[in-house]
Amino acid sequence: MKKSSFVQTVLNSPYIIWSAIFVIVPLLMVIYYAFTNESGDFSLNNIIEIKDYASTFLLSVGYGAVATFICLILAYPFAYFLSHSGASFQRMSIMLVMLPMWMSFLIRTYSWMTILGDSGLINRFLGLFSIGPAAMLNTPQAVILGMVYNFLPYMILPLYTVISKMDGSLIEAAQDLGCGKLQTLKKVVLPLSVPGIASGVTMVFVPSVSTFYITQKLGGGQITLIGDVIEGQFQTAYNYNLGAALSLVLMVMILICLGVLGYFTDDKDDGGVLM
Amino acid sequence: MKNNPVIIDLQNISVSFGQQKVLDNINLQIHDGEFVTLLGPSGCGKTTTLRIIAGFLIPDEGNVIFEGKNINGVPAYKRQVNTIFQRYALFPHLNVYENIAFGLRLKKMKEKDIQNKVKEMLELVNLKGFGPRDVNLLSGGQQQRVAIARALAVEPRVVLLDEPLGALDLKLRKDMQVELKNIQQKLGITFIYVTHDQEEALSMSDTIVVMNEGKIQHIGTPTDVYNEPHNAFVADFIGESNILDGVMHEDFYVEFSGMRFQCVDRGFMKDEPVDVVIRPEDIDVVRPEKGMLKGKVTSVTFKGVHYEIIVDIDNFKWMIQTTQKAEVNDIIGLDIKPDEMHIMKKSKYSGLYGDYSSFSDEFDELSDPTITAEGED
Repeated sequence: MKKSSFVQTVLNSPYIIWSAIFVIVPLLMVIYYAFTNESGDFSLNNIIEIKDYASTFLLSVGYGAVATFICLILAYPFAYFLSHSGASFQRMSIMLVMLPMWMSFLIRTYSWMTILGDSGLINRFLGLFSIGPAAMLNTPQAVILGMVYNFLPYMILPLYTVISKMDGSLIEAAQDLGCGKLQTLKKVVLPLSVPGIASGVTMVFVPSVSTFYITQKLGGGQITLIGDVIEGQFQTAYNYNLGAALSLVLMVMILICLGVLGYFTDDKDDGGVLM
Repeated sequence: MKNNPVIIDLQNISVSFGQQKVLDNINLQIHDGEFVTLLGPSGCGKTTTLRIIAGFLIPDEGNVIFEGKNINGVPAYKRQVNTIFQRYALFPHLNVYENIAFGLRLKKMKEKDIQNKVKEMLELVNLKGFGPRDVNLLSGGQQQRVAIARALAVEPRVVLLDEPLGALDLKLRKDMQVELKNIQQKLGITFIYVTHDQEEALSMSDTIVVMNEGKIQHIGTPTDVYNEPHNAFVADFIGESNILDGVMHEDFYVEFSGMRFQCVDRGFMKDEPVDVVIRPEDIDVVRPEKGMLKGKVTSVTFKGVHYEIIVDIDNFKWMIQTTQKAEVNDIIGLDIKPDEMHIMKKSKYSGLYGDYSSFSDEFDELSDPTITAEGED
């Protein structure tokens, strides 16, 4: 036993060192900057200053929530029908879902600018019928579109995993006891996919709330979310202390959101989902 | 039981999965209140038959008649038939109470009635007070009981059981056999039970339906199926048997192992080739000069209640179960009473079974790399 625990320690050490250097230390640095001023003295000013950004925080959570909700609505039926279709079709579809993730996130977001812009693909097409140009870029809708487009695979994959792994005899048992198709979905399939929904929601909500690139490219600076503010503090205002404080608060807020989610979904799930 | 009206009538049911014919012209009448067992090796089509009755599968050909009405097009959730699944299929997100109440809630029963019914069911399966428990934390035997309670709560006319005891250990399985039989008799509802365990089938059923290769081989009471098997497959699958190649010279006279014997069977053509079944426990070991047949002992195994002796007679290995001891290489005599020889017509299974010179087919298959594993149907 002693020996194996020593071997375990040795084998684990790279991961422990890795997470110490790249997770714990940066986190401590964020906390340090958040509670100090430019000269390095302890200060609560940064935290107090955050109240000026309350509305931005709310707006970010709102955008994140809308994008997450749309992803869920789109992904659930897709994942459901996919897991009930033929094996080769499933493999191909999952491949297609993952394919965009192999390309740079930046390039994909940039491409949307050329699609949505005033002289973009859609407006040029509309122009053939003398309609438009419709202002699509630099709108809240474009930002939401960017979020949904970029993060949809992270919703589809955990849902697909959980639904396709579901025991078929549970569905038969439900029908056997008197459930029609819709009731089976409502009473058995949906409750059993909660772990998948929870991981999907987490993986879409977190990056949506903190994004800045999507808002900059597709929102054109019209929409400022908390990610943009933080980026600005580091890149233009050089106020690391306020930036760190904002990051810290964002992190705490996301943790609270996930905690609430976890409370409602009850982590009785047997894992196996991408989380 | 046979006087009760027919509740389920399967007429000319055939099903194919791709090229493979899984059920081939199945005809079966099941009476109200009967305990029917579908018995056969894996892949024989017994589970498929059950799924057709449950409504999970629509047959390619044939009709499923429930109390005189064709229910081919009726979906599972509208049938008065409930299934107890092999792996229980309890809803993991619901507790014991809610699992049992599941079907009752769908019937929109009053909360008070649901409470009473669930309580009654928990008592029936000896799980009083288990209502609030998490089903994921129950033992296999307890989960099994919850599954039974859940299926019975909705008061089905017919209960389908798909190898429900397969996952339990031997002792618990025996107890559950008795308990299931008691429940069935108490409630007086029809049970259709699927198993590959012949002992289970013999001890529980009113009627046994022996199936193989998608066809029904024999329908009969347990004693009937054991004592008067229709063909070599049935004789071999249920219990142990020595199956010999014989000729029926005339009524009451049969020849096998080069000798002519008196028997109690009749109604065969003159000199018709037949299969003769002799159960190992029906053979008496006597001194060589007193035996109807004699042979050399090739192996003796002590089984507790009896010895299992393999005897070579004209290169055919007989199995004998007897309390008398014998030694390998002994010459012993065999004595068989006329009513212990059962004569069967020749079938496609003739010559395939009933000789103890090798291991069982199942064992041979396991060691044969050319046979690929096939899943349960």
